[in-house]
Amino acid sequence: MMDGLSPAPFDIAAIRADFPILASEYRGKKLVFLDSGASAQKPRQVIQAMVTCMESAYANVHRGAYHLSEQATADYEAARAAVARFINAPSEADIIFTANSTMAMNLVAHSFGRGVLKPGQAVIASEMEHHANLVPWQMLRDAHGTELRICRITDAGELDLGHLAELLADGRVGLVAITHMSNVLGSVTPAAQIARMAHDAGAKVLFDGSQAAVHRRVDVQAIDADFYAFTGHKLYGPTGIGVLYAKADIQRAMPPFLGGGDMIASVGLHHSIWAEPPAKFEAGTPAIIEAIGLHAAIRYVEAIGMAAIEAHERALVDHAMAVLPGIEGLRILGAAQDRGGVFAFALDNAHSHDLSTLLDRAGIAVRAGRHCAEPLHERLGAESGTCRASFGLYTTAAEIDYLAEALVSARRFFA
Amino acid sequence: MFDDLRDLYQEVILDHGRKPRNFRRLENATHHARGDNPLCGDKMDLWLAFNEDGSIADAAFQGRGCAISMASASLMTETVRGKTPAQAKAMGAGFRELAMTGHCPACDAALEEDMERLTPLSGVHEFPSRVKCATLAWHTLNNALDDPGGKEASSE
Repeated sequence: MMDGLSPAPFDIAAIRADFPILASEYRGKKLVFLDSGASAQKPRQVIQAMVTCMESAYANVHRGAYHLSEQATADYEAARAAVARFINAPSEADIIFTANSTMAMNLVAHSFGRGVLKPGQAVIASEMEHHANLVPWQMLRDAHGTELRICRITDAGELDLGHLAELLADGRVGLVAITHMSNVLGSVTPAAQIARMAHDAGAKVLFDGSQAAVHRRVDVQAIDADFYAFTGHKLYGPTGIGVLYAKADIQRAMPPFLGGGDMIASVGLHHSIWAEPPAKFEAGTPAIIEAIGLHAAIRYVEAIGMAAIEAHERALVDHAMAVLPGIEGLRILGAAQDRGGVFAFALDNAHSHDLSTLLDRAGIAVRAGRHCAEPLHERLGAESGTCRASFGLYTTAAEIDYLAEALVSARRFFA
Repeated sequence: MFDDLRDLYQEVILDHGRKPRNFRRLENATHHARGDNPLCGDKMDLWLAFNEDGSIADAAFQGRGCAISMASASLMTETVRGKTPAQAKAMGAGFRELAMTGHCPACDAALEEDMERLTPLSGVHEFPSRVKCATLAWHTLNNALDDPGGKEASSE
């Protein structure tokens, strides 16, 4: 195992009991929640940590000289330290709290993009990016005169590394911004190799880890990421809290993103001096309760063990790959060698919205549409959208079997 | 497994969804609009041609979408034929009410027979995320009537 420990016993029944919503029913059907890739459910440990904060340890942070504020500040900063350990960042000062991954990418596009990149330099994204890692680079191009280059994917849904090398060859690329795991195809990208290729060409590299950080142990030093973004709500934590890891020297070179309180060292009426990073990038009252919820979520997954979670999800992916492709008329998008628990699929005789309405009636929650990845659906000839089943640590093989059974019935329904 | 969904997916809807009527480009059209539901990728082009008395002579569409949106567009092209623009808009308003609430108390008695043909779609009112699938065609119709040049309608 990557952490050198054998995985803790994976007690799926005990884990499911931690998530109150999994016991719910709708129209007499037990909830089969297969939309964790959009947002994961919350264990009571996270819920309780946030309640406890509000009931007994809440005040604004970095301001008051009274015990409650000092307590809240300590708890908030402890969350930052926990995040740093979680992704093996060299220092907690490398961790910037944002609202979500989208804001993290926009922070980089704004502060690094406009403040450090020069017009005429290029940013590389890929065909399989979530809109959050594509639109900010389009906006940067239009506002700042950078070029946007799109790296192709193969028909199997893997990043085309040969094309990436071509796009890097002229040395004008300033940033490579690539997903660490596709939210549609489940493809895991070879992050360390991408970073090496980017660095050899003089570019920095950003990974959108929104999906990957939930399913794998991420080590930002091992992959040598310059930026790494992920979000709390997909990691069994609350909404409203996201993370941007950025190397210290790059943070220092970047101008602030938003202006306001907390991001300044001193303020005059006409000029101000910025605070040191990461405070420089955290203007205004932060998401205090949510940071504490994220800390509880990290404690939760670490108590189970990321290695154990990864092993559980690999077994689920293997099970899904054994069961789903046998269903007549079902197309699964992508066939990456290294894939996480995300499956986009289409039935030959049912539109994704009709299919998700049927599955919902069976108690199964899947996402329908294009999953914030419109260009990818065009690329793969699935313009009408797909349904997507995405797994969490509470997903069981029996739920995948039930999905398969429902898909067979659905195809019959529309026959 | 899904027998209770036969209220939503009545046979007439499945039939029109599989084999939409008037699914073609209308070469002599004077009015055109494009409808788009960005959430799911549904798209449709609607064309209208008019009689000399100002009533709708022909309506046709092309596009892609779920069974509900295809069936709704198909039924719409059949029911608006012969109607004046004002009558067609009144039907659209009635249909939106029907799709959102399952009833249309305000529906004009003069349109009763035509509205009857649309009632199989009233089941969508129990599925809030699907109401837009049913109403996209009627939004697009409004746009075609208001702006013959082909503005884009959105179900949003």
